[in-house]
Amino acid sequence: MNKKKSSLLPAMAFVMLSLVQLTAIHAYAQAPGQPPPRPSLPPIPIKGDTTHTLSKHFIVASPAKKTTNEKGFIQRWLVLEPVRKDIARNNIFTDNYLRTTFAADNFSNDYNSVPKNGDMIKLGNQELKWYALESKTFNFNLYHFTYAINKPPYGVLFWLVTVIDCPTEMKNVRMTAGCNSASMWWLNGQEALLLSGDRDMIVDNATSSRLTLKKGKNIIRGAVINGPGMANFCVRFLDEKGSPIKNLSISYQ
Amino acid sequence: MKRMHISITALLAVFFQIASAQIGRPFIHDPSTIVECNGKYYTFGTGGGGLISADGWTWYGGAVRPGGGAAPDAIKIGDRYLVIYGATGGSSNHKGAILTMWNKTLDPTSPDFNYSEPIVVATSDGYEENDAIDPGVMLDPNTGRLWLTYGTYFGFTRLIELDPKTGKLKEGNKPIDVAIVCEASTLTYRDGWYYLLATHGSCCDGANSTYNVVVGRSKQITGPYLDNVGRSMLEGGGKMVVATRGNLIGPGHFGHIKLEKGVEKMSLHYEADLEQGGRSVLGILPLVWKDGWPVAGEKFKEGTYEIESVRRGYALELAVDFTRMPGGPRGFGQPNNEPIKPVPPQQLADVIKNWPTGTINLRIGDYMSRPHQQWTITDAPDTTGYLGGPYYKIVLAGTDRTLAATADAEVITVPAFTGAPEQLWRIDQLTDGTYRIMPKIIPNSGKKLVLVSSGDSTPALAEFDFNSDNCKWNFRAH
Repeated sequence: MNKKKSSLLPAMAFVMLSLVQLTAIHAYAQAPGQPPPRPSLPPIPIKGDTTHTLSKHFIVASPAKKTTNEKGFIQRWLVLEPVRKDIARNNIFTDNYLRTTFAADNFSNDYNSVPKNGDMIKLGNQELKWYALESKTFNFNLYHFTYAINKPPYGVLFWLVTVIDCPTEMKNVRMTAGCNSASMWWLNGQEALLLSGDRDMIVDNATSSRLTLKKGKNIIRGAVINGPGMANFCVRFLDEKGSPIKNLSISYQ
Repeated sequence: MKRMHISITALLAVFFQIASAQIGRPFIHDPSTIVECNGKYYTFGTGGGGLISADGWTWYGGAVRPGGGAAPDAIKIGDRYLVIYGATGGSSNHKGAILTMWNKTLDPTSPDFNYSEPIVVATSDGYEENDAIDPGVMLDPNTGRLWLTYGTYFGFTRLIELDPKTGKLKEGNKPIDVAIVCEASTLTYRDGWYYLLATHGSCCDGANSTYNVVVGRSKQITGPYLDNVGRSMLEGGGKMVVATRGNLIGPGHFGHIKLEKGVEKMSLHYEADLEQGGRSVLGILPLVWKDGWPVAGEKFKEGTYEIESVRRGYALELAVDFTRMPGGPRGFGQPNNEPIKPVPPQQLADVIKNWPTGTINLRIGDYMSRPHQQWTITDAPDTTGYLGGPYYKIVLAGTDRTLAATADAEVITVPAFTGAPEQLWRIDQLTDGTYRIMPKIIPNSGKKLVLVSSGDSTPALAEFDFNSDNCKWNFRAH
């Protein structure tokens, strides 16, 4: 029973379904011997730390050297505080919607620009801050990020930047991404991937056409957008044989 | 006038059967795995209550499940039924609980009908990366251990172990993460593999819902569950089991039903049946195993077919004289500069006048695309069915000559369809993708027999044996 939809519609649907079913079973539900309705939710103790802290799921602005992990995933990203968007449902994320929205709410038209940890920018009427973060898991959970910085988790657009350092030029590689819900990715200023629709975060859900990673620094920019529900992504590169490219150096500059 | 009335009713019935996943009022969301109790079938849904069917084809409301909440599952353990449900409908704060309760019967009219007090077996506190709804249970056929998976798109699907005697969480058991971005998960076991089936996509948006069912498998109950390309379900992996088909949009909430060896079904719901106003409806499909993976089979589609015996590859045909087609041997020593003209296929009218008018026997022979080998199969104008399908009538194409079972366990054709139960046929797609064809009854007999190839050329009725190709058929549309 997925809640990846507008918060109003599912609630209405649930109430309607409940009413329909309750109506349908009314005669039975009132039968002799039928137990009375029970409370729906028992007391549930909190199981862990609920403080708003980045360190639960991320390493913050680590100066340590970092490479792609053993499966090639890029865990280190500069993340901009979410741009608030009024999004009722995730299936509005058509190709056209994404291109239009990412162009309109862009923090910079210089796709090779790399912000710094703590930089503040103004986007529309919102003052937003950049964070340098390293996910502790293969994927980068933006829902956790919003919780950590105590921002609303739904109706959000995230801008992402990272820098990978290639020891040699690598041809015929493919960038892959999975995201929840939709996203767009650029490599060295060129569009590489567009994931439209209401998607789940699935490894290698989409792959780019063949690309070249140049020797030295390569700049990846991403934009992930989500209405209700989980927000999440994972990115890696595959070599020309389809194997993950490991041990690429990842930095914030 | 009455005749007209019957015809219209029959037409409406046929339309409804063609258009619908199930007939009656099969409206439900998040159905539990269908369970049989005292000859009736039951499934429970979100919000409380559920559906009952006397035959597995026609469904109406009436099942009773207290506790409200969402997305239950049910399983028979010994002589009791364990019903499991989520206390919430997946609340926006992701705080939830899974509860289990027992009942001696699922029949709400039975004096034994009485649910035990529900027991909490899993919770989500609203902060952890999990939603404690959408339970699915499996009794491990190897060990007798009872396993339950639960969770939604919000984080992980988790595995816990229950005590099959009490329905409580097994003492000391801790949840294990087995998948991500899944909903409505459940487990099944086959040939040394545990299979984790789960729903991906989004629900509750009618015809715009993208629900679909995927699967991964593992040699260990605790995973990792990998898909057909080696991707873990903890990475979002999953091989498609069933997706939208035709006007039935967004299947989800898989449940596995093993009827007998070689005959398995899946229960699910479609987010929207366009033919039924876009309502969420119950679906039942054959379960086919292909290369070690489960995949949805097809509800039998009406049409005109060759009925091919798997035993030899011959075709079921009327036992009538073979009628040669015009035209002799060509291509040997003849001029090859003649204009090419198509040869019309043999027509029913060319041959039917030579056939007897009464009962005609059957045989199985080389398929030659002749009128005595073409069978038109349609939903019979009969209100009864079986789990997932209606009874069909099988007539020789272009005629009313009907396939019928006899009291001495043979199969014949009679000149006209009368609606007699020995003229009604159940068609099940088997787990290997072939089909079983079974008369509704054998006259004056309680035996359950199926159409078989007793020899390459001889059809008969006999007990079903999934290990024998004699019992299997294919439908070829040419």
